[in-house]
Amino acid sequence: MGMVRYIANKFFYMIVSLFVLISATFFLMKAIPGDPFTSEKAVPPEIKAHLYEQYGLDKPLYHQYFKYLGDIAQGDLGVSMKRLNQDVTHLIGQTFSASLKLGVVAIIVSVIVGVILGMLAALYHRKFIDSAAMVLAVLGIAVPSFVVASLLQYVFAYKFSIFPVSGFKGPMYYFLPVAALSAQPIAFIARLTRSSMLEVLHADYIKTAKAKGLSWMAILSRHVLRNGILPIVTYMGPMTANIVTGSVVIEQIFGIGGIGKQFVEAISVRDYTLIMGITIFYGILLMVARFITDIAYVLVDPRIKLTGGKEG
Amino acid sequence: MASDKNMSSLDANLKPEDFQKIGIDEKQAEVIQRESLSAWKDSLERLRQNKMAMTALVVLGLIVLAALIGPLFSKYNYYSNDLVNSNQPPSSEHWFGTDDLGRDIFVRTWYGARISLIVGLAAAAIDLLIGVIYGGIMGFFGGRVDNIMNKISEVLYSIPYLLVVILLLVVMEPSLFTIIVALTITGWITMSWIVRGEIMQLKNREFVLASRSMGAGSKRLLFRHLLPNAVGPIIVTITLSVPNAIFAEAFLSFLGLGVQAPIASLGSMISDSLTGWMYYPWRFLFPAILISLTMLSFNIFGDGLRDALDPKLKK
Repeated sequence: MGMVRYIANKFFYMIVSLFVLISATFFLMKAIPGDPFTSEKAVPPEIKAHLYEQYGLDKPLYHQYFKYLGDIAQGDLGVSMKRLNQDVTHLIGQTFSASLKLGVVAIIVSVIVGVILGMLAALYHRKFIDSAAMVLAVLGIAVPSFVVASLLQYVFAYKFSIFPVSGFKGPMYYFLPVAALSAQPIAFIARLTRSSMLEVLHADYIKTAKAKGLSWMAILSRHVLRNGILPIVTYMGPMTANIVTGSVVIEQIFGIGGIGKQFVEAISVRDYTLIMGITIFYGILLMVARFITDIAYVLVDPRIKLTGGKEG
Repeated sequence: MASDKNMSSLDANLKPEDFQKIGIDEKQAEVIQRESLSAWKDSLERLRQNKMAMTALVVLGLIVLAALIGPLFSKYNYYSNDLVNSNQPPSSEHWFGTDDLGRDIFVRTWYGARISLIVGLAAAAIDLLIGVIYGGIMGFFGGRVDNIMNKISEVLYSIPYLLVVILLLVVMEPSLFTIIVALTITGWITMSWIVRGEIMQLKNREFVLASRSMGAGSKRLLFRHLLPNAVGPIIVTITLSVPNAIFAEAFLSFLGLGVQAPIASLGSMISDSLTGWMYYPWRFLFPAILISLTMLSFNIFGDGLRDALDPKLKK
């Protein structure tokens, strides 16, 4: 019962936030001086009136607003302002696969490397490995991803030519962008894993497991790791946000034709419908990721008790 | 069994004559053995012993100092073009080299650090102001007010931060002022939650009840009793939100939404340098090192502060 209410509550928040974001894009777009048909060339008033009618710009504002909401609900994000007759939804769909591949690989790499680093640091607490891993983690959190990306590109692509400088044509093209994208999530996950594993290692049930004579490997895999990586679930939402926003810059640096690169280009030519479309797309993606995180968090950890509908 | 052994050894040797009555010296009980430490002094002492945090603080101090006076040591300024001397490597003439328009990178780096720090500190200050007021009201009044205000902040927080900032800057003309405004539009929410949590915890404590029973009004309670006691977590949140704002500004520079030329920020210098930095690495390296060092120092110092202020969190 509590679970259903909790999920419904989170779902409600997600929908309201999405609605606020979509409304904001609409009204901000209306706040921009001029309209899509303002151009240097003088257009005869009849043609302009016809264009307005075709795109519904002659209707009152509330009418346009509800039409906009209805279109988005059907997955129609409008037409690009700068590229003739190109659907925004279509443009996003074209570039989505590259970003998706890059993002998924980055998430997998972040979790695996982060957990291993954090685990090693916890097992060798206060030893060299621990300090080294934590220095790496602090660096990973503090050094901006674009600095990491540029350095990697300079050293491994330009100086030593181990990996290609830019493009996205095969497995070799993944290494550098993925490394740059996952640097920060790895650092966060390593820190989370380390502190939670340190806590678990001192828990009573580990002593019990030792006392009943379980092998160290069994204790590690069955008790320590399972409980130690729980907090990572809470980080899944922020990590998605981190990797999505990171990809905007990383795709630019490595010349990968994903949504991020398209976003930057749209901003530089002020293609407002495309900017708003990608913003809404990113918004939906990240809010759904957050929603799933919130749900997964309570599902995974049975110790969390839901108290009615009120969350703290 | 072990106690048996002890017992036997005890009653073997001790007689009543071995004991001597010394009495209680009441004066001695009142003597203060050590200097009394307030919670603040205690935290400060812990912070001082944290070598990493103190190093970070010194580095930050040096960066701020250099950002303030660094440009004075050079005869160049940050905006004059000198196309004859474009893309020059570091030399005695231009200590950090020049960029594609022949502008001196030494001056621009420190000037850019100044802009990045202004953005970071101003955004943190505004977050603090709004967050403390909003969170203070939520935590202090509780009930329905808290419920509604908390729901509003929850909805705003669910919208991805950088998307909001980008949207606003696409519509407003990017300038130092609009960037700071955009960065704070939802940036204050974390702060308000921290303040809310602290105040909710504090308001049921005895000293608040005491003050209230002596007739203190809401305003006095909030500003004289509740907020001063919540200062620790607030300071930590500010320290960690400064590097976030600096990073966000740098990120915006990549989208062409950061400060506009000829004004430089560390982010805009890095973003500009990327086109040819394989050939002119100095254009990238100096601002990149400085921004990394700044963010690193803020993070380490913030972590140190948190450890010092909250001994429970100590590892």
